[in-house]
Amino acid sequence: MKAYLTRRYRFAASHRLHSDGMSVAENVATYGKCNNPHGHGHNYALEITVSGRVEESTGMVCNLVDLDEAVRREILDRFDLQNLNLMKEFATRVPTTENLCAAIYDILQRSFHQAHLEKVRIEETMLNSFEYTGERGGIW
Amino acid sequence: MVYLTRKAEFSASHYYHNPAFTDEENRRIFGKCNNPNGHGHNYTLEVTVKGEVDPRSGFVVDLKELKEILNREVLDAMDHRFLNKEVPEFFTRVPTTENLAIAVWQRLSPKLKAAQLHRVRVYETPDLFVDFYGEA
Repeated sequence: MKAYLTRRYRFAASHRLHSDGMSVAENVATYGKCNNPHGHGHNYALEITVSGRVEESTGMVCNLVDLDEAVRREILDRFDLQNLNLMKEFATRVPTTENLCAAIYDILQRSFHQAHLEKVRIEETMLNSFEYTGERGGIW
Repeated sequence: MVYLTRKAEFSASHYYHNPAFTDEENRRIFGKCNNPNGHGHNYTLEVTVKGEVDPRSGFVVDLKELKEILNREVLDAMDHRFLNKEVPEFFTRVPTTENLAIAVWQRLSPKLKAAQLHRVRVYETPDLFVDFYGEA
C-alpha cells in the first residue's frame, strides 16, 4: 500500500527581493516593499511530503527520525536565522518563496533517499503558500 | 466532480512494537514509541469523498449519512481506545499513522454508497500527517 507522509517544520530567515537584471525603477515596481535594501524577514512553515510503500514490518513509509535528521542537517541548520540573499542557492536567483521551494526540493532530492520526495510546500506567511513537486526538473 | 471533506477528532493511545523484532531492534527502530505502556495522541481525521452533485438535493453525499458511517465505523471503535489492544487491525499491524490511514480507508470504503472515497488524511499531531488514496 502506498501512503504519503507530510511533516511540518519551521524556520525564520530574512531576504530582499531584488533582481540585478532590472533597473531600480523596475525592481521597485515589481517587488514593492520587498525591495527595501535593508531586507525583512518571515517565519516560514515548511511541509515536506514523501511517499512510498508502507513497509509491513514497521508500518512506515520511512523512519521519521531519518527524515527529521535530514531536514535538520540539510535545511534547518543552514537556513534558520540566516539572510537568504547571502546563501549560495541565491547567489544568482531572487530568494522568492517559489525559488526557496525549488532550492529545498533540490537539496532534499540529493540528500534524502529513504522515501520518494513528493512535494515541498512553504507558507511564507499565514496568507501565502507555495508548492513545488519537481515538475520543472532541471532549472535547479 | 465535486470533493467534500469532513473532519473528525479522536483521542487514542498506542505503542509501536513488532514481535518479529528483538527487543533491541524494537527500541532502535521505534525509539520512544516502543514504550509498552503506550502513549497517546489527539488525532484529527479528514475524510474526502468525491462524486457528481445530485441535481435534486444539490449534495455530493448526505452529510448526515457520512457522519453516521464515520461515527459507527471509525470513531466508536477508536476514540478513547488503546489501539494495539482494542482495534483488531492492530493486533497484527503496527498502529503507525500510515496504518491508521489505511485502516480508516478499509473501514469506510465498503460502506459508502452514493459517493466514492477519495482520500483519508490522519493527523497524528499538527506537524505530522499521512494521506492514503487507496493505492495498492
